[in-house]
Amino acid sequence: MPDVLLEAKGLTRHFRIGGLRGRSLHAVDDLDMAISDREVVALVGESGSGKSTVARLLTMVYRPTKGEIFFRGKPVSQLRRRRDLLAYRGQVPMVFQDPFSSLNPAHTVGYVLTRGLKLHRRELGRRERQAEAERVLETVGLVPPAQVMSKYPYELSGGQRQRVGFAQALSYRPKLIIADEPVSMLDVSIRIGLLNVMARLRDEEMVSVLYITHDIASARYVSDRVLVMYAGHLVEYGPVEEVLQEPVHPYTQLLLSAVPDPRAPLGVTPPDVGEPPRVVDPGEGCRFRWRCPLAAQVCSQATPRLELVSPGHRAACHVNAPASTSTIATEVGS
Amino acid sequence: MTPVLSVRGLSVDYLGQGGAARAVDSVSFDLSSGEFLAVVGESGCGKSTLLFAIARLLSPPAELAGGSVTFRGINMVAMSDKQLRALRWSALSVVMQSAMNALNPVTSIGAQFADSMRAHGERDKRKIRARSEEVLRMVGIDPVHLRSYPHQLSGGMRQRAMIAMALLFSPELILMDEPTSALDVVAQRSLMVQVKQLQAQLGFAVIFVTHDMSLVSHFSDRVLVMYAGQVVESQATQRLFEAPLHPYTQGLLDAFPSVRGPKAVLEGIPGSPPDLSRLPAGCNFSPRCPKVMPACLEEGPGLRNVGEAEVRCLLYAKQVPGRRPAAPAGEEALRA
Repeated sequence: MPDVLLEAKGLTRHFRIGGLRGRSLHAVDDLDMAISDREVVALVGESGSGKSTVARLLTMVYRPTKGEIFFRGKPVSQLRRRRDLLAYRGQVPMVFQDPFSSLNPAHTVGYVLTRGLKLHRRELGRRERQAEAERVLETVGLVPPAQVMSKYPYELSGGQRQRVGFAQALSYRPKLIIADEPVSMLDVSIRIGLLNVMARLRDEEMVSVLYITHDIASARYVSDRVLVMYAGHLVEYGPVEEVLQEPVHPYTQLLLSAVPDPRAPLGVTPPDVGEPPRVVDPGEGCRFRWRCPLAAQVCSQATPRLELVSPGHRAACHVNAPASTSTIATEVGS
Repeated sequence: MTPVLSVRGLSVDYLGQGGAARAVDSVSFDLSSGEFLAVVGESGCGKSTLLFAIARLLSPPAELAGGSVTFRGINMVAMSDKQLRALRWSALSVVMQSAMNALNPVTSIGAQFADSMRAHGERDKRKIRARSEEVLRMVGIDPVHLRSYPHQLSGGMRQRAMIAMALLFSPELILMDEPTSALDVVAQRSLMVQVKQLQAQLGFAVIFVTHDMSLVSHFSDRVLVMYAGQVVESQATQRLFEAPLHPYTQGLLDAFPSVRGPKAVLEGIPGSPPDLSRLPAGCNFSPRCPKVMPACLEEGPGLRNVGEAEVRCLLYAKQVPGRRPAAPAGEEALRA
């Protein structure tokens, strides 16, 4: 089994809203996850499920309310010195959703890349930085690199800009790239090229990727494992093929049935009440119960835990994955 | 049957410093009553501009350069603003891409419904209220939300409220410009199902603009594929998905991964759409086309009838011997 690269335990982030009454929005609640070396993990969920909050927690944009993130076994909350923080951010960089606002319009691609290198890889000289910038551009498929270096963001298409984002992340010699909806703003015809870049990063550059998306079909295309989030909770995870062929959690099933697919037979869509999840002071119980066709009494009383379905595959559902008598509660990830 | 809408040779130019860029290039089609037509293409292919041109909603620098739009037997292009005002919303309505920006944030949903009803001469408050409640119920929103403001509704509800508003006068034609692009898959699916149900119930025709081909596969009757301002293929939906003719359509169909079937490595379409003010010589798609021939670089192909479909590609011209229509590009693994 490959080594665990990054691990989150009991990761929780609440946001205070509504002034005096002090209500709190539970964006992420008690989330355990692990990412190993050289794997692409997809984090799937609808808007508002807390996926992006997880990305920001992992990249230390937000501090967790509770819980801890371990990078190669070391807790990241212990990183205090600027040099250590910089090193962590270099090893776990982020690629953003919007290629139109995440690049500085006033600088060329070459400047953006070499400046990042100056900051994160101080051992390199001027020439080496130039060479490294060209190498990463070539890796993400922006050729000829020398020409791309002198271009400004407005001269590039959305797909090309997003590739610059990946090139930038790659230049820091990362271990794990957090990609938050990297293709959702791009045209369908261009998306696939970028997904192929992500797969290549894993295979050739030995980088792990956390691919955050609401598109479960593209998650299947690039990822090895998939994590499904709903209203701040992890509701199911496992090897991607297994989860998609035999989804256990009713939310995963709903998500799969909603994917538009001309190759699928036109089936009867299960009625979806479509009520947005309640994440403001949610209390105990399964957060999917208001939309769930299987909801039972117990679902409003206790929050279901992630139970083992098969090796590496867990789901949190009282009905479809009832707690076994011998609860193995401590195993995290696969 | 006479079509509800008949578009002939419609062209739109964007006037710029470097001369005009043709965003819609002589598009023609007929839409029968109750039909669901999907217009598909990448961003910048002119699909939204086409929709705006049909509704006569173009604003500078876009300008209608020619053609006619005949709606219920009357040419809309020749209509005055006053005539258009009477027609818009009562016989033809538009659902915009982002309901967040299309709804007024500072008035309630009910007030906005009442506004458009008053604009069309309805004075009776009770009737306005009754009709507003009725259309909200049609799209599955509790009528209490007439008092809600747009920010109090979720994205899916806002989009459905927009559709409810479009239904106020039971129009014959609804134009939809990517109404689901801001929604996640579950909300998207339920919205599409709802539109389809309403259509079956009320019998309006729909022109649905989207970049996501898979989305319309189950819902549209016919698909119009646009590239660089031109229609490159037009076919009945099912046949288009079974046997796409144009290499661009084939590329689009190959560009999205599936959740079912064997996993295949996909390639997408290399390159990006052309700059409309500097179109390539010959066929607009030739720089990205996997099946490009020397003849493609010389002359832009016209739209030809192939069976019941229309396609703009030299592969289907009779002068090119030994070329058979390309096999449907489906699931074949390019690299196992």
